[in-house]
Amino acid sequence: MTRLAVPKTYKLYLGGKFPRSESGRTFEVRTPAGEFLANAALASRKDARDAVVAARGAVSGWAGATAYNRGQVLYRVAEVLEGRHAQFVDEIVQQEGVSRAAATAQVDEAIDRWVWYAGWTDKFAQVAGNANPVAGPYFNISVPEPTGVVAIVAPQDSSLLGLVSAIAPALVTGNTVVVVASERFPLSSISLAEVLATSDLPGGVVNVLTGSPAEIAPWLASHQDVDALDLVGAGDLDWVALEQAAAESVTRVSWPEQGPDAAAPSLERIRQFTETKTVWHTKSLL
Amino acid sequence: MSFLEYAPAPESTSVLKLKDAYGLFIDGEFVDGSGAPFDTIAPATGKKIATVSTADAADIDRAVAAARRAYDTTWSRLSGRDRGKYLFRIARLVQERARELAVAESLDNGKPIKETRDFDIPTVAAWFFYYAGWADKLDHAGLGPAPRALGVAAQVIPWNFPLMMLAWKIAPALAAGNTVVLKPAETTPLTSLVFAEILQQADLPAGVVNIVTGAGETGAALVAHPGVDKVAFTGSTAVGKRIAQTIAGQGKKLTLELGGKGANIVFDDAPIEQAVEGVVNGIFFNQGQVCCAGSRLLVQESIHDEFLDRLKQRMRTLRVGDPLDKNTDIGAINSAEQLQRITALTQAGIAEGAEAWSPECELPSEGFWFRPTILTNVATSNTVARDEIFGPVLSVLTFRTPAEAVAKANNSPYGLSAGIWSEKGSRTLALADKLKAGVIWSNTFNTFDPTSPFGGYKESGYGREGGRQGIGAYLQAADAPAPARAPGELGASGSAGAGSAAGAASSVAQRVAKAVTKPAASKSPAAKAAAAKPAKTSTRKAAK
Repeated sequence: MTRLAVPKTYKLYLGGKFPRSESGRTFEVRTPAGEFLANAALASRKDARDAVVAARGAVSGWAGATAYNRGQVLYRVAEVLEGRHAQFVDEIVQQEGVSRAAATAQVDEAIDRWVWYAGWTDKFAQVAGNANPVAGPYFNISVPEPTGVVAIVAPQDSSLLGLVSAIAPALVTGNTVVVVASERFPLSSISLAEVLATSDLPGGVVNVLTGSPAEIAPWLASHQDVDALDLVGAGDLDWVALEQAAAESVTRVSWPEQGPDAAAPSLERIRQFTETKTVWHTKSLL
Repeated sequence: MSFLEYAPAPESTSVLKLKDAYGLFIDGEFVDGSGAPFDTIAPATGKKIATVSTADAADIDRAVAAARRAYDTTWSRLSGRDRGKYLFRIARLVQERARELAVAESLDNGKPIKETRDFDIPTVAAWFFYYAGWADKLDHAGLGPAPRALGVAAQVIPWNFPLMMLAWKIAPALAAGNTVVLKPAETTPLTSLVFAEILQQADLPAGVVNIVTGAGETGAALVAHPGVDKVAFTGSTAVGKRIAQTIAGQGKKLTLELGGKGANIVFDDAPIEQAVEGVVNGIFFNQGQVCCAGSRLLVQESIHDEFLDRLKQRMRTLRVGDPLDKNTDIGAINSAEQLQRITALTQAGIAEGAEAWSPECELPSEGFWFRPTILTNVATSNTVARDEIFGPVLSVLTFRTPAEAVAKANNSPYGLSAGIWSEKGSRTLALADKLKAGVIWSNTFNTFDPTSPFGGYKESGYGREGGRQGIGAYLQAADAPAPARAPGELGASGSAGAGSAAGAASSVAQRVAKAVTKPAASKSPAAKAAAAKPAKTSTRKAAK
């Protein structure tokens, strides 16, 4: 006798909670063979705005945490991810229709990449910042700071790895994130949210929207309280219009990347959503 | 006769060797522009200095083609050492001709000779000297080994620090290995054109730097030109937004240095005399026509009255008048248009309830002048507490606690500069952490150095000029992905020296110039979403 399975309801992840879309809408997620997997929440523009509010509210706590603390929390995420390794492999096999070996490789790389970024939190300022030898009696130092709220259109061709590759670097310096997950493979994003929710990451630091990037992204791009827009997974959208909408509030924009190397780990992915702050302080004459 | 009355001490203009008319500087030569020439005038008198060419779209094509040719055939093949040596030469020539440049700048811009002689021009030389040394050390710029230049840089600069802005743009661009087409502001083209003569004296290879003059349409055509790989703009936030919209999808890297509404925060334990001096320097330096000006004074409530008394006392000693007089503290406003804007915004502030105060001083009868002014009784929601006035007008607000000071200072769409005046270092550092501004001055204000990065948060722009970060704005990592481009956009490398497609290029430039000079599109999100929708069907993909 086989046991009757208990399927999961996939919802959004906003402000540390798992609400349904305020619109009540869902869409069907199917295997490549067309078999029904789950209903995912079809996020609305109101959900996107709620996500930005949650992300804005979380900036001061996350950016104000010590770099050591952010590193510990992010490393904790990797630990919890590792514990759920098999679940992510299963979900990737189901959604993408790839072999277990390929799914395993994707999960392995996602975890290892997360660890790589976790280790950057208390080193990035040392690498990207510096003292400046100005020609006068001043102490002068430049340090990178987080830009604030980063809206991300996640890579669309991958369930987990693309998502992790886009989120993790933004978090390193203290940004908070609103991410629109892969439209075809949204289930891993909500499972990742469950990992984040149980890893001491404060609520609102990462907010996950599932649904149509084409529908949601314009609202995020034009949102006045979004500081930066990562279009890494927006190559199939009208991303030029998104970039133009973002320009209205001088939002920082990062361009689409496509192919297997999209959002490859790099220092630039951390740097692109930071601001350099330079502080001058007089030295007294002795 | 008061102690303030001095005999005039005008700097001699005999050092100038100006021409009656200047052409465009393209491919190492001065050539006539195809647009209608215009006069550059002295704002202190309203009198004409020289006639200057206007570059039209065809001229821009020629300038960009020259820059591309120079990039392909000369500059990108030169060693970093040799690029550096050219920049060192330029730095030295600027020093040698410093007095001439200072006089020309004061004449054309209206700023006091004291500032051009002791600040602007020395800073220009320092900027070239600093970046000269970077040219052969790019592996250490923070982008990994063997970073690459971007190609042809289009640079559009403002009128407030004409030659200094040129140096901030050209020096890092050339050190990183790019070639340049630069457009100075239409009211202050003079020193850029004298600088072109310096480039000839330095024997810089033809086409490495091209200088095109003209008004907004010339700038719009330049940044929109498909032969350009990088755009750097300093100016108003409104124009910065339009540039970002115009070049979206064209694969051009962009840095923007835009407006500001800097807060100058004075605590009750501040060194008061220094703070008064710093507040005066923060808002009256260069007639307040400074993007990082300390245009909002946040003074702790307990010392408000005493501080304002001292500030007014100091302001009574400011000498307003002939920019070429060595005694002058405050010169002329740069243009009639800017004077009108300053006047209108100040009037708006008074209409909203602010009280204006200015020291008594006699203004010259000709030219463009505005008395140094402070506005008290200003509320945070008032126009003069929010909008950039870009003139010698200080809005005074108060605070009680450090937290309130931070909240008020950050209550602005801008985030370029902030000042903190206090003898308590621990509080200053805590405050500096919380202020959303790219440059924070503690017990000083408006200090600049080529080693020190400068640039804004939020709507003050992105990217940094100065320091190691400043050269990063003109480089890409060796393994950086190719810039994303919308299909149908002619890439700089794709068009292989835009000159070959000059006709097509100029029509593109004209089309975008029109778009850029139009008012900004509707602000409603619905309009944006509608605009975003039609092309949903994956017609645009990132070029890899």
